[in-house]
Amino acid sequence: MSEHEYTPKSKVGKWFNDRLPLLTLANHLTDYPTPKNLNYWWTFGGILTFCLITQIVTGLVLAMHYIAHADMAFQSVEHIMRDVNYGWLIRYIHANGASMFFLAVYIHIFRSLFYGSYKSPREVIWIIGIIIYLLMMAAAFLGYVLPWGQMSFWGATVITNLFSAIPLVGEGIVTWLWGGYSVDNPTLTRFFTLHYLIPFLILGLVVLHIWALHVPGNNNPIGIDIKKPSKDTVPFHPYIVIKDGFALLMFMIVFAFFVFYTPNILGHADNYIEANPLVTPAHIVPEWYLLPFYAILRSVPDKLLGVIAMLSAILILAALPWLDTSKIRSAVFRPLYKQFYWILVADVLILGYVGAMPAEGLYLLIARIATAYYFLHFLVILPVLGFKERTTPVPLSITEPILGGSPNLAAVKKKDSFKDQ
Amino acid sequence: MKNFFRISFLIALFFGFQFNSNAAEKVEYLKTDWSFKGPFGKFDRAALQRGYQVYQEVCSSCHSMKYLSYRNLVEEGGPEFSVEQAKAIAASFEVKDGPNVDGEMFMRPGRLSDKFVMPYENEKAAQAANGGAYPPDMTVLVKARGGGVDYIYSLLQGYEDPPAGVTLDDGVYYNKYMYGNKIKMSNQLSDGLVEYSDGTNASVEQMAKDVTTFLMWTAEPHLETRHKMGFKAIVYLIILTVLVYFSMKRIWSRIETKV
Repeated sequence: MSEHEYTPKSKVGKWFNDRLPLLTLANHLTDYPTPKNLNYWWTFGGILTFCLITQIVTGLVLAMHYIAHADMAFQSVEHIMRDVNYGWLIRYIHANGASMFFLAVYIHIFRSLFYGSYKSPREVIWIIGIIIYLLMMAAAFLGYVLPWGQMSFWGATVITNLFSAIPLVGEGIVTWLWGGYSVDNPTLTRFFTLHYLIPFLILGLVVLHIWALHVPGNNNPIGIDIKKPSKDTVPFHPYIVIKDGFALLMFMIVFAFFVFYTPNILGHADNYIEANPLVTPAHIVPEWYLLPFYAILRSVPDKLLGVIAMLSAILILAALPWLDTSKIRSAVFRPLYKQFYWILVADVLILGYVGAMPAEGLYLLIARIATAYYFLHFLVILPVLGFKERTTPVPLSITEPILGGSPNLAAVKKKDSFKDQ
Repeated sequence: MKNFFRISFLIALFFGFQFNSNAAEKVEYLKTDWSFKGPFGKFDRAALQRGYQVYQEVCSSCHSMKYLSYRNLVEEGGPEFSVEQAKAIAASFEVKDGPNVDGEMFMRPGRLSDKFVMPYENEKAAQAANGGAYPPDMTVLVKARGGGVDYIYSLLQGYEDPPAGVTLDDGVYYNKYMYGNKIKMSNQLSDGLVEYSDGTNASVEQMAKDVTTFLMWTAEPHLETRHKMGFKAIVYLIILTVLVYFSMKRIWSRIETKV
């Protein structure tokens, strides 16, 4: 991968590096040529790494005090909140950390959509990312079950019941998932085990995600291929490290605000009621980050088709590199795509909103239209747009528009409402 | 910098979105000034002690407080009763202990380390004594209700005669803040119901406020520590962010690109 051969200066270093090239790796990561026009939307990769590590570390501590048993889980969470030293802090960081993780991942995904980062030659990075996102949703869902509150219990019941939509074997699969004939202690213990496992799978995939990124290198706001290293790039350290650090600190301020001042605002009040199989909550609502998919699920009248629609909504993203037929990556030079992009953002936000509302009347109608549009965007608009759209001229290098003298300069400055490099 | 406004806008949107989705049921709750609200909010010690008295004399005959121990009454950030007072409170309850050397269960006076004694042996007994309704445990009650403290505060004062056309079964009462307006708990508070040892006038409003404050503390016993630590953490983060911002400017000034 490295553009140049690296030899450690010290003898010991050389001896070690010949046997395990860790120093070469460290050198590669330090020198890694990065496009110098990356904007702050590119800092969310680092922020996400921080989120994952925060979740793993706080999760480890919580697991030391948590008891995965239907009769004791709720109580053990209260024990953490009251009697464990700073247990309240660790739990609130973990619970809000999940929301922050999703906030960051959505920004990260939508950044990729705007700048076409999923396109050749970065399809593998993108697909690994989608797998990570799926695993994140699984981890978040499993984790939400662990406090064994009302929403935990009924959320688990609703989601596991989705598998019963599978013809013939559905019921059997649900019983197998539950480890019994209803959500109960065996369900809780296996959910705990899986919740503990998944973050480490994610960690492994994150390594692959970054590895796959380091082969072609970063995309950039103008979406052109650049020579590396060149005048268009800066070494990762210190330039990108300090910039990511700055953005991470801004993110942490928001994070801290949630943890210290509104720690329960993103959760549902019903989850402070201990799970009771005999009482169904008035509205069973998933966490905010799953709401758009929940809306898609409910907008289809048939259960099986609803589940298929929901899964397709996520899996369709994996096919995105081939659905988007445009050769131009960045939306900066795609005036029409840019508009459809913002419509998609609005569409997803609307889906999230109606997902939190009861599935009836006007809400249901809106959910159906928004669901239809979601698929229309990926299956029709994107493929057609690639052929029909008249793109604006793309600069030859990053340096060119910045140094001026190019006819593209004005276009870039005017049209690019998204970047401010 | 322009991007930060965009990011902040997104976050604001996300906030608004959440508030909207949570405000599914619109009821105007009664408002009062809570001393514990806001980034510097603290509990009013006297209100917590009075609130404990209301809980003890009124609520505790039906509602348990199972995650609270008598020792918590002494702890910093709570009602901060003196150790002697708390010991006396604990000792006024009979706690089932055992088995002793003869294998018998026995009753003894409560100690600081004991959990709050439950009014009923179990949930079934509680239901049997309350016409089938289970009086919920009160420890985390304010966090378990959508409207939080405002809801509890309003509910306690929300009893009314049912409007024309609403018929109530025996043992069911009309409350304008209750979900569905029908509640199995009768109106509990009336002016002068308890005699506050600090001489405060025990109006319904006062008692509702005091007991709700107490319930906020039982649900969030570390609220004061959290607020104090949050302030320090955020100030620290802001200072660090500013320092890192200038370092970043300095480093990026080596090349002509702006950050």
